[in-house]
Amino acid sequence: MLNLGRAALSLALLIAVYGIAASLYGARSGRRRWVDSGRRSVYALAATLTVAFVVLEAAFVRSDFSFAVVASHSSTTTPTFYRAAAMWSSQEGSLLLWVWLLSLWSSLVLFLTRQRLREVVPYATAVLLGFAGFFAALVVFLANPFALANPVPAEGTGLQPLLRHPSMMIHPPLLYSGYTLFTVPFAFAVGALVARRVDAEWIRATRRFALAAWLFLGVGILIGARWSWSELGWGGYWAWDPVENASLMPWLTGTAFIHSIMMQEKRGMMKVWNASLVLATGVLAILGTFLVRSGILESIHAFGGSTLGKPFLALIAALMVGSVALVASRRAELRSEARLESLLSRESMFVLNNVVLVGLCFVIFWGTFFPLISEAVSGQKASVGPPWFDRYTVPLAIALVLLSGLGPVIAWRRATPANVVRTLRGPLVVATAIAAAALLLGVAARPWALAMFGAGAFAAAVAVQEFWRGARARRSATGEPAPAALVGLVRRNRRRYGGYLVHIGMAVIFVGVAASSAFQGVHDVRLSPGQSAHIDGYDVRYRRATSALSNEKVTLGAVLDVSRNGRHVATLAPTRGYYASLDTRLGPVGRFFDGEATSEVGLRAGLRRDFWTAVQPDVGAMQSMIDGLDKRFPLATGRTEGLLLAALAARYEVAPPPASFRLIVSPLVEWIWLGGAIAALGGLIALWPAAALARRRATVLSRVRLGRQPSHA
Amino acid sequence: MDRNRKRRVRLIVATSAAILLAGALAYTSFSAASDAKDPSQLAASAVAGRSYQLTGKVAPGYRRQGDVLLFRVQDRHGPGSVLVRYTGAVPDPFRAGREVIVTVRKDGTGFTGEKDSLVTKCPSKYTAAPSTRAT
Repeated sequence: MLNLGRAALSLALLIAVYGIAASLYGARSGRRRWVDSGRRSVYALAATLTVAFVVLEAAFVRSDFSFAVVASHSSTTTPTFYRAAAMWSSQEGSLLLWVWLLSLWSSLVLFLTRQRLREVVPYATAVLLGFAGFFAALVVFLANPFALANPVPAEGTGLQPLLRHPSMMIHPPLLYSGYTLFTVPFAFAVGALVARRVDAEWIRATRRFALAAWLFLGVGILIGARWSWSELGWGGYWAWDPVENASLMPWLTGTAFIHSIMMQEKRGMMKVWNASLVLATGVLAILGTFLVRSGILESIHAFGGSTLGKPFLALIAALMVGSVALVASRRAELRSEARLESLLSRESMFVLNNVVLVGLCFVIFWGTFFPLISEAVSGQKASVGPPWFDRYTVPLAIALVLLSGLGPVIAWRRATPANVVRTLRGPLVVATAIAAAALLLGVAARPWALAMFGAGAFAAAVAVQEFWRGARARRSATGEPAPAALVGLVRRNRRRYGGYLVHIGMAVIFVGVAASSAFQGVHDVRLSPGQSAHIDGYDVRYRRATSALSNEKVTLGAVLDVSRNGRHVATLAPTRGYYASLDTRLGPVGRFFDGEATSEVGLRAGLRRDFWTAVQPDVGAMQSMIDGLDKRFPLATGRTEGLLLAALAARYEVAPPPASFRLIVSPLVEWIWLGGAIAALGGLIALWPAAALARRRATVLSRVRLGRQPSHA
Repeated sequence: MDRNRKRRVRLIVATSAAILLAGALAYTSFSAASDAKDPSQLAASAVAGRSYQLTGKVAPGYRRQGDVLLFRVQDRHGPGSVLVRYTGAVPDPFRAGREVIVTVRKDGTGFTGEKDSLVTKCPSKYTAAPSTRAT
């Protein structure tokens, strides 16, 4: 199977090289057959990489430790569910996933555009295959997932316990889908610029791919944040880590692109900006992959000892130089067909929205790369922390939310102040009422949070008002009942109303972030059973210690009773699992406490607030017992080892040493996930082809077919 | 005001605002940054009262004293190490040999870690165990 995988990867690399040559030759010579051959090579690439992907997945599921990557990232004791996901916890497997997803999305877009954009598609095919070839070369020459383990171990290292969470099954594939989908509009933009076809047709052909990239990347980021909050023992969901930032940057520029392309589609404006934005987004998507694998910045998410930095740096340099040269050489064709007529217009709102989004991206870029900037300027690496990021991103985020409320109600070309004020009267009343209520609740001490509550209420109220107005107009025109009118309204204009739903979702997310950041209470306490702590109006009582044994870990934990004003609120049971180390020099009991340890958070989630807790049992206090058992039974295995661990666990339950607890009361955290779900639903609605459009496409397609087959007509 | 003049004024205002903001960004980042040091650099040049971002590997033999975690951070490739007294959240993957990043201040002979500033390398990004040699 190793040979089959290796052969598939080598073949994929050859196919990519051939496809690039065929597409470019077809484009330059005008020979359609070569262009078609280039397109088909993308399908062949997808098929070949699917074989490689399936071979590696099968090796993980079957625990075939002759694969070095399986031996170092999985084990027979890893649950099957997680064995399947262990592939992308490795550098080699994640690169294969990247190029496989790229080949699938490339095949899809080239299939959908096989009758369109004849001048643009060959160049876009070459660019997509260029990316695929680059990644195929990495997995063939530098990080081969089909390397042989020598000697073949009887047991693997196992999947890191912290990654055994359902979120981790889908978090990396979603992020990689986002990154790879952003290469599609990038490739078509390059194709359009090379072919000098810079009208909005390439945008229409790839708009859904940009939207899907935005959706996948956004959901992937949120799932990662949710995993961090509910699984990791530090009690946060975002840390401004370079690799986290790297996923946010293309998402921000992608968001700007999704908005600004409307100006090119409707009025032929912002062509230079749109081309630059999509090229920057493509480069940032690769930059994200580069940061994880280069070790250039200190990041908790970067692969250790990676040697892939230089090839990535070369790719990014080539992409940047090529992009700038291409846009500069096509500036005459990219001239706007219309000018901004008024500062009070939909166009101006889009420009402002883009400035804020790109500004946010620039701030994050600066902060992320500051260690390199500072080293270049002063010779000393230095980094900025979360307070620095917050100083700039918070006001920009408030501006963004406000603009998401203003934009939809301001007319294209020119709006009158009187009209705008009339339209915004209702939302302004709602925003003022919410801000006043927040003031009464004591939010005044956190002015930024107060501003975000008002801005969020304003943006959500504007979107709700738009739904209400549209449904009312449709109802009066058709006589439909209100729910049917609302559904009909959304179905008729999915892009517009899907977008409004996204605005509501984003407002909810930002309100959740503002509340949970500004008003979170974090408390570290040390308690023995029977003792209580009073935090943020809650009484937390450590009722008893708990323990559990399984064949791969010892779990120690606590049962906490949480009450408020004498009323029981929740019973939480945080635990900490200790996984056995594979180090054979350690004793049968001690090896469990020298291996990996993971926290299982005790969480009571609610729409008003989350009560979060993690426990850190004082294993040091039991060290003498652990050492004693190891000394008396150094060769214990199997059942004897189980009995020793059971004795230790029973002792912990009966006479537990004081345990350290982290207790967090965080308001509105659930709004972040709820807002994410609303925004994702809006994104899906906007992404879904409208029924009328699908019909039109079918008609066009049938006409094309009839035109090509006259004998059937 | 004619259209061209109007556009020029808008451009000047926008460019000035962008330059001002970029200046503020640069100034605040340099004034708020913590120098990144490895243990041997820190041991040689740390100034009391200043904060540094310390990066390196956790040395064996760390221990807890109540809520305080005492551990040594050593160079990735070298013998240099410094002692850190730390309180706050300890990430689950914290172990001897793991790479950590922690913000510290010089405190007598050792260093005090800023509360909750300790981070360890994301568990998905460890290099393969040395027990298996790939060919």
